[in-house]
Order: sequence, then structure tokens, then C-alpha cells
Amino acid sequence: MPEAPELATTHTAELDSSAKPERANRAHGPRRLFRGRVLFLLPALIYLLALFAYPIVYGILLSVRQSSVITFVHNTGGFVGLTNYRLAVTNPVLPGVVWNTAIFMVGSIVAQFSIGFLIALFFTRRFPLSGFLRSLILVPWLLPGVVTGIILRMMFDPNIGMVNQVLSNLGLIHSPIEWFANTHLALLVIVLANIWIGIPFNMLLLHGGLQDIPHELYEAARVDGAGRLRTFRSITLPVMRPVIAVVLVLGFIYTLKAFDIVMIMTGGGPMNATQLLSTWAYTLSFYNLDFGQGAAVGTIMMAISLVCAFAYVRTYRGELRS
Amino acid sequence: MKFRRRKGLISGLNLAVALVIVGLMLVPLYWAVVTSLKTLHQSYATPTALFPPTPTFAAYSQVVHTQGGSLLTSFIIAVGATMVSLLISVPAAYALANFRFRVTWLVTLSLLVAQTIPGIVLGTSFFKIFAGLHLLNSYLGLIIADSTYCVPFSILVVRAFMIGLPRELLEAARVDGATLLDSLLRIVIPLSRPAILTAALFSFLFAWGDFLFALTLSTSNSVEPMTLSIYSYMGQYTSQWPDLMAAAVFAAVPSAILLILVQQGIRGGMATAGLKG
Repeated sequence: MPEAPELATTHTAELDSSAKPERANRAHGPRRLFRGRVLFLLPALIYLLALFAYPIVYGILLSVRQSSVITFVHNTGGFVGLTNYRLAVTNPVLPGVVWNTAIFMVGSIVAQFSIGFLIALFFTRRFPLSGFLRSLILVPWLLPGVVTGIILRMMFDPNIGMVNQVLSNLGLIHSPIEWFANTHLALLVIVLANIWIGIPFNMLLLHGGLQDIPHELYEAARVDGAGRLRTFRSITLPVMRPVIAVVLVLGFIYTLKAFDIVMIMTGGGPMNATQLLSTWAYTLSFYNLDFGQGAAVGTIMMAISLVCAFAYVRTYRGELRS
Repeated sequence: MKFRRRKGLISGLNLAVALVIVGLMLVPLYWAVVTSLKTLHQSYATPTALFPPTPTFAAYSQVVHTQGGSLLTSFIIAVGATMVSLLISVPAAYALANFRFRVTWLVTLSLLVAQTIPGIVLGTSFFKIFAGLHLLNSYLGLIIADSTYCVPFSILVVRAFMIGLPRELLEAARVDGATLLDSLLRIVIPLSRPAILTAALFSFLFAWGDFLFALTLSTSNSVEPMTLSIYSYMGQYTSQWPDLMAAAVFAAVPSAILLILVQQGIRGGMATAGLKG
């Protein structure tokens, strides 16, 4: 990772001046000074090791050990290599889970990004109350997942749900739709729920990016006689590329993690139709008490996330430079 | 004159479109509030009333009665996680913003990566580790677990702010003989109050809304945060929608407060810190 130290230098380059007063303090000894400084960081380092590094390693170890009801509480199972991974990959439930996760992620990301971008573009216009209204859109994103999940579950409830009522008032349906009993519809509903949560987040970041585009660029385009679509394609999109990259990567990571709304709205059902990698890992560990297989699925998810995280760090660096 | 009138018309139209967008986004919330103010009978009436016919707070008092304890539990855990988070992140942010360590880049990288770890991975390991430490079904266990949502985020947000503080202030303090701790406590923290407040509010919200750790780290209902209690209540009384919606409204209060407090503070700049676990 030869480029990574640059990350640190970009942040601390402006702090070089601190070297001077340090020299004045040298009587106390640079070692002592260093020790004093490191004390500020030490709690965080210990914290990261204890609550991130250790559990991650623990999870990986869990995934290569035998797990049964006997080893339930204390992890005493023997080393079994990649058996748990083999079991997970050949599990008859897996193809469905991968499919659901793919549909869930692609559907959510495409829709929340497009809609979020449109709303962000709209809110670059000037009109009264625009700041206030824009912040109201953030509400769904700030709500706890459980709250979102339960409210939307009610919206789609076959008996009292508003969605069925609106559809039937419009004459589109004649009898109530059982959203959570149908495998395809249940998946559709959790995708819609996740889009609802994701739109504000996408809108917020994209709007921030749009605000940072220098106005002169648009002026120049207008002078050159560029139309609205042309301006968008030739100016907005290229300038926004780093922001768009960050938004998409974060969208990917968060969507892969999604758990709360699915547990609340469908619990992975009916018949695993809305089981995602995250809820499946939970089910394997905590329902089937097969912690080995659950940890194997978790480790695979983590690997996917890490690949994305490095993409994120790269774009994050790009952001900082510009 | 004509020009001005046209401009007014356009901004009026924009306002109308914006109201429609906001309305569509907030319909579910409106519906939650309306349902929470209905009686059980009214909630099942067809066609559904768009306003509560006889607004009643019965559902709310019912929720206070049955789930008041859970709201308190959530509050205690969220305050605890916020305090843990601030105690660890403020000094760390100070160090990362002002001192050069060989590990600075590695720590920053770890903080970014930490936020991408799926909660279920941590939850499963925490379950096993906490079982050995007798931390399951405990406030302390949930405070520790929930703080993992907050610490990386808080360090990055506060550090980003501290980097922007004028160096001269710290140097002047040092010339005056202030120690590093003095300048943190007397200069940096007071100046960084907006960033620290943002970190604290989001930390509170993350911990308050936690469902995953509450679910995985509980084997009984002895310590039951509000999210878990809504979940189990829903399992038992699926059809008690007014009560469930009143509970949802209570659970949403911190989000509303946060929105009001940091309305101006939430800006694209925070994107780089990565939001919400």
C-alpha cells in the first residue's frame, strides 16, 4: 500500500510548523513528549483493537471451527478448515439468498441514486423555504430502522394499509393484495422501504456536491450556447464524478449491511423470499445455532465490504485532493 | 416589472413542486401519527379516515404504561454510548489532527474500514465474547456494543473540524507554557463545540436506534431497549396498530430533535466521514 502514507501527509502537511516550538521543548526530551502525545490516541487504539480487530478475528476463527449446540456458548469446537464455507455455499437456501441480495442491492441503489439525484438537482433552484423543505426530506433517513420498518409494514398491511386503499381507489386492484404473503411482492416491498430510507442520504451528499460546482462553469456553458441536457452531461456529471463515486460506494456498503427493516417487515419470509445475506447470517447463527456457518457467511460479507471499502478510501482521497 | 412577476411565478411553482416531493416522502410519517391518534376500531374502518375522527391519546398512555421502561432503557444506553464515544474520540481526534504519528494514516484508514464492517459480523462475535464476560442482557454490554456505531464516526467528524482550527492559537498557548492537555481542554474543545455536539447527537441517535445488538446480545427481556420491545410487541399484537404507531412516534422523537438542532449542520462535508452505520 505505497500510496496510503500520502493520505496522512495531505492531512498533516500544514502542521509542519509545529516542529519549531517542539525544538524549544527539547529540554524535556523528545521521548517524553512523544509519550505524552500518544496517550491521547491510546484509548482509541485500544478501543479499535478490542472492539473491532478482536471480534473480526474471532469471527473468522469461528468460521473455521466446528460448531454445534454443545459448543454453543464457549467456542471449543475443533478446527475444520473450510467445511463451514462449503456447507454455506452448498446450502440449498444460498442461491435464493444471493439472488434476493442482488435484487435488493441493485434495485435500492439504482432507484435511490436516481431519485436522490433528481431531487438534489431540483433543490439547486432558488425559491422560498427551500432549505427548510430540503431538511424535512432527511427525516426518513434519521429514523431508527425499527421505526421505519414498522411504519412501512403498516402502510402495506392488507387490512388497514394505505397502499392497498390508494390502489383500489384508483381502480387498479379489486381485492386487497397480500403484500407479505407473496414471495415476489414481499421482496419488492423491502426494496421500496430501503429506497425510501436511501433517497435522503443520496440527495444530501449529491446536493452538497452540486453546491460546490463553481457558478462560472455554468455561465461559460450558457455563453457557449449549451442546452440544459448538454450542460448536465458536459459539466455537472464530470465535475460530480468523485461525489457520485462516494455516494455509490457508501450506498453499496450500507445496502449490504441492511438488516433492521428486513427483520421487522418480513423476518426474511415468506419462505426465505426476503432473506438477505445479513439476515441469513443471523438466522444461521441464532436460530439454527450453527455459529460456524453463520460466521462463514459473515466473513464472506465482510470480504465483499472490504473490497468496497478500499474503493471508498481511494475515492475519499480523491475528494480530499480536489 | 413583468420580469419580476414571472420570476415570482417560477419560484411559486418551484415551491409547489418541492411541497409535493416533501409530501410524498413524509406520507408514511403522517399516516403513523394519524393512526396513533385513532382508536383500534377506527384504525380498521374502511374507507380509512385521513384524519383521526376523534383524536385520542389513549394509545400514547398505553405505550407509556407498557413500554415506558424500555424507553428509559434505550435512553440510558444511548447516553452511556455517547459518553464512551466522546471520551475516546475527542482526545483521539485532537491527536490525529495535531500530531504526526507514523500510524496516523493507518488509524484513519482503520476508522473508515471499521464503518464498513457489517453489524451482524460484530454482533455474532460480541455474543460469544460477551457470554464469557457475563455481559449479555446487561446495560454495560449494550453500551459497549452500541458505541461501535459511534466512535469511528465521531473521531472522523471531530478530527475534520479540528484540522481547520488556526494553528496559531495552539502555538501561542504552548509558548505561554500550556501543556497539551491544557490546550485540549481550554482551547480546542471549546472551539470545537459544534463538531463535538454533532458527534454527540449522532452517537445518541445511532445507539438509540440500535436493533441489531439489542437483538443479538439479549437472551431474556431483562434489559430491553425500545427497538427490541417494539419488535416483540409487534410479534404478539400484530394488529394493535394505534399502540404500535404511538410507540414508533415516541421512538422517533430523538430524530426530530436532532433534525431541528443540526438543521444547518448536516451538510455534504460530512460525507467524507461516512454517515450512519
